[in-house]
Amino acid sequence: MNTTKFALITIVVGAAVMAFAHWYSIDYLFFASYTILQFIVLATAWNILGGYCGYVNFGSAAFFAMGAYSSVFMHKFYPLPIPALFIVSAIVSGIAGFGMGYLTLRLRGSFFAIATLALAVVLQTLVVNWEYVGGSRGAYIIRPESIEFAGITINYIEYLFGLMLLLTIIALVTARAIERSQLGFGFATIRDDELAAEACGVPTLRVKLIATTISGAFMGMAGAPFPYYIGYLQPSSAFGLEYAVNSIAMPMIGGTTSWVGPLIGAILLGSAQQYATVSISSEVNLLIVGLMLVAFVIIAPNGLIGLVQGWRRAWRKP
Amino acid sequence: MSALLHVDNVTKRFGGFIALDGIDLEVQPRERLGLIGPNGSGKSTLVNCICGTLQNESGSVSFDGQTVDGLAAHERTHRGIARSFQLPRPFHSMSLADNLRIPLLYTVRTREGMLHAHSDLNARCHELLEMVGLANKAQQFPRDLTQVEMRKLELARAMAAEPKLLIADESMAGLSHSEIDDILALLVRLNERGITVILIEHIMRAVMSFSHRLAVLVSGKKIADGKPEDVVRDPEVVRAYLGQ
Repeated sequence: MNTTKFALITIVVGAAVMAFAHWYSIDYLFFASYTILQFIVLATAWNILGGYCGYVNFGSAAFFAMGAYSSVFMHKFYPLPIPALFIVSAIVSGIAGFGMGYLTLRLRGSFFAIATLALAVVLQTLVVNWEYVGGSRGAYIIRPESIEFAGITINYIEYLFGLMLLLTIIALVTARAIERSQLGFGFATIRDDELAAEACGVPTLRVKLIATTISGAFMGMAGAPFPYYIGYLQPSSAFGLEYAVNSIAMPMIGGTTSWVGPLIGAILLGSAQQYATVSISSEVNLLIVGLMLVAFVIIAPNGLIGLVQGWRRAWRKP
Repeated sequence: MSALLHVDNVTKRFGGFIALDGIDLEVQPRERLGLIGPNGSGKSTLVNCICGTLQNESGSVSFDGQTVDGLAAHERTHRGIARSFQLPRPFHSMSLADNLRIPLLYTVRTREGMLHAHSDLNARCHELLEMVGLANKAQQFPRDLTQVEMRKLELARAMAAEPKLLIADESMAGLSHSEIDDILALLVRLNERGITVILIEHIMRAVMSFSHRLAVLVSGKKIADGKPEDVVRDPEVVRAYLGQ
């Protein structure tokens, strides 16, 4: 199946989801699904660097927050419609991803992971001390009740949900296209063996920088509408541990070698968390992530995809 | 005739340790050069300096009439230097065919500046696997291979980049007698197709039967360079190998 066909299918599925949600029209449903979609984008973005190239990024929250704070900044500086904010956030976080890649490209394994964690801490400190975007007090963004769109009035949360759905489609199509392209092969050589990759003519530095840039840009885009969604943004929520942990845990649980993994992981883990938040307590969230991660590391170290592939292989040659 | 590879006074230090000490080496087009020396004599370091995995501190390396100093490893691969690794380093998550696809995508394609059709690439991968006798395992993964098959894959991948110079770094270590003959025959075939080969090896039988010329490294210095029969009788070489 080529990329265009796949894109069309995801658009149809997306439109169906949108129509279904619109038909039910429960605000909470939009609210909860938005979070899951946001995590699909974050997990997919993380996987482009972490899964395809094998570089574990602990700083997802930093990129997400960069996207969110770009929106806060623009809101005060020169208000733009949200689709334009996606582009602003993509540029800001993409550049940050490029920079992070450039500064840390000599580091491998745990050293790279620690450097990305440090980036998150440094950025959070900067934001806390930056009065213009609210500093440690945070920033309020009062979102309108609804939005006029081609003569139709749409509930604002539904509007945000629709945009996030669109971003999810773009992220999934991009991830899948990369997987099947020359770039995807290049990413895989970096995960497997960088020295051998260079010997085969792969410009590893350039390929890695492409990965950090794309990954960073998508994480930023995932954060762009967040201030409008939440209404009040403070550093501790934008840089929350849950973003860093979830964007690692979701691809790990789903499987890191394909675009399907982060999608499944995010839906599974995201729904479980939403359910726990409502039925038990919002603090149970991270406990669930932790328990599931431990369970999967033991039962299915290659995620659900790896598990299914293993079964298939065993079934084919008995 | 101008040399294909020209190593001029190359020195490489690791901290206080001098791994290569003013190495001069010339390799002519289509030549089969054997490079020998005891463990730790700097053979692999020299290969790494030629291939760009390491950058030499002083001296220079030129290839095909142009200097390659300061170029990254992948740029030297694009110029036509290919290598196999001492310990095979296949891409574990890819099938054998996909392993060969990498140099085709990233080296051959960029060099020719044109896009191969998908079927072209597949055909070429198959052809290369056929050459090393692994065609029936195209869809298998490196973990399914035996030692000798792994070495063959390593050579096939180096060959996929369509190099002018192939450096085979101990591609026969640990193999049986007949397996060594297998690999040797393969290298000779490649050489007959016009590829210059540098063979780094400990197995003297292989080196002696393969090489047109022999160079010997000891403690980072080149102590002999000449006809294989003469070099092995050189008293200095004998001393280095057997002790006094």
